[in-house]
Amino acid sequence: MDIKRKLVVIGGSAGSLEVIMHILPSLDAKLNIPVIIVIHRKNAYESLLARLLSSKTSLIVKEAEEKENILPGHIYLAPADYHLLIEKNFTFSLDYSEKINFSRPSIDVTFECAAEAYESNLVCILLSGANADGVEGLKTVKKYNGIAAIQDPTSAEVSFMPQQALQQVPIDHIFKEAEIADFINNL
Amino acid sequence: MERIVKDKEADELLNDLLEIYGYDFTEYSRASIKRRINRLLVLDKFPGFAAFRYKVRSDETYLKRVVEELTVNVTEMFRDPSFYRLLREEILPVLATHPFIRIWHAGVSTGEEVYSMAILLHEANLLHKSLLYGTDINPAVLEKAQKGFFPLAQMKLYSENYILSGGACDFSSYYTARYGQAKINEFLKEKMIFSTHNLVSDRSFNEFQMILCRNVLIYFDKELQDKVFKLFDNSLELFGFLALGLKETMKFSPIAKKFKLLKANDKIWRKIA
Repeated sequence: MDIKRKLVVIGGSAGSLEVIMHILPSLDAKLNIPVIIVIHRKNAYESLLARLLSSKTSLIVKEAEEKENILPGHIYLAPADYHLLIEKNFTFSLDYSEKINFSRPSIDVTFECAAEAYESNLVCILLSGANADGVEGLKTVKKYNGIAAIQDPTSAEVSFMPQQALQQVPIDHIFKEAEIADFINNL
Repeated sequence: MERIVKDKEADELLNDLLEIYGYDFTEYSRASIKRRINRLLVLDKFPGFAAFRYKVRSDETYLKRVVEELTVNVTEMFRDPSFYRLLREEILPVLATHPFIRIWHAGVSTGEEVYSMAILLHEANLLHKSLLYGTDINPAVLEKAQKGFFPLAQMKLYSENYILSGGACDFSSYYTARYGQAKINEFLKEKMIFSTHNLVSDRSFNEFQMILCRNVLIYFDKELQDKVFKLFDNSLELFGFLALGLKETMKFSPIAKKFKLLKANDKIWRKIA
């Protein structure tokens, strides 16, 4: 597998920010793959969130910009109120189209585009949340032989999102919160 | 949504649209346009890509829907209130010094932004000497824009946006509610001109003091973006303003040197050379 072409995408909604805050400090400072984070939130928290997450890791945390190259060792945040798409040349596109599952950014959109671009070199992890955004996306990930993972619904603050994924998609890994960073570090 | 359309098929469809109908989407960002094609195919319940392609190729009346659905037409009044506050407080006072104000909304969609601008101009007592051009590739959305009816359910959000943008009047005085729709007052429409214009293939048609093109360029690839920047440069008078969407930039375009960014976060540039 070409290391540069691997990608991790983490999606979450209600109750997921705390999990991400725990994952980031444990990520390897020499992590050699890109990580994209798509979480539902109020638009107003925009710039605060990137700063907040930056304080948790020595890796570069930034909001994804349109046409930007996706680089290893970077943590990209989907901007509030835009869908984050991934092109086959491993760059980002933004899209202000209709909300999906009442959400923009939608986790489904990013998971699906990532699956088409990264195919089997992709890991998508769905965390705590109160709606089913991301479940369709995980189906596409499996269609392209990528890895579909979820936070253990029994330990998620809001279990609905990972629970729906578990019921509808052949999940490869079910993680406790503390196991996620280790898994990413060892990819 | 299930992904049915393959890259090769998306290429074929874009090629058909160009060759048969002259609509050129080939320089649109691929992930986004492919998602729109897939979405339409699923929405209209085609059994597969071949049937969809056949319909597009053979039924000219379906083309209107294709163009309407492949382009994104999501917009709102006073979207990004801080942007409108900047217009109100810093841009309009400059425009006010002109004897006549010409503003171009490129990619105006269903018109929410051009009506927002008309309200700002009205409140600054400038509407009487302004002309607002709203253009879009898509005739169907322009028909809606021309009518000036918006869903009543949206008015609460628009009213909040309006207040955040520094609006001090009663927002509800700008429309009349009827049958679940808000009908924007006629006087706001008097200075508007709507027309189809394709940023991909059409030329400059006038010279403006301000051009607004927000959340349109994100759908274009880099080469097409650069072409459109050139078109805007040719359509803007010296010291005119260009406004883009909050996640768009002209920083990497060939004409960047001729423009100065006014404020880091609000994405309004001034032509200085």
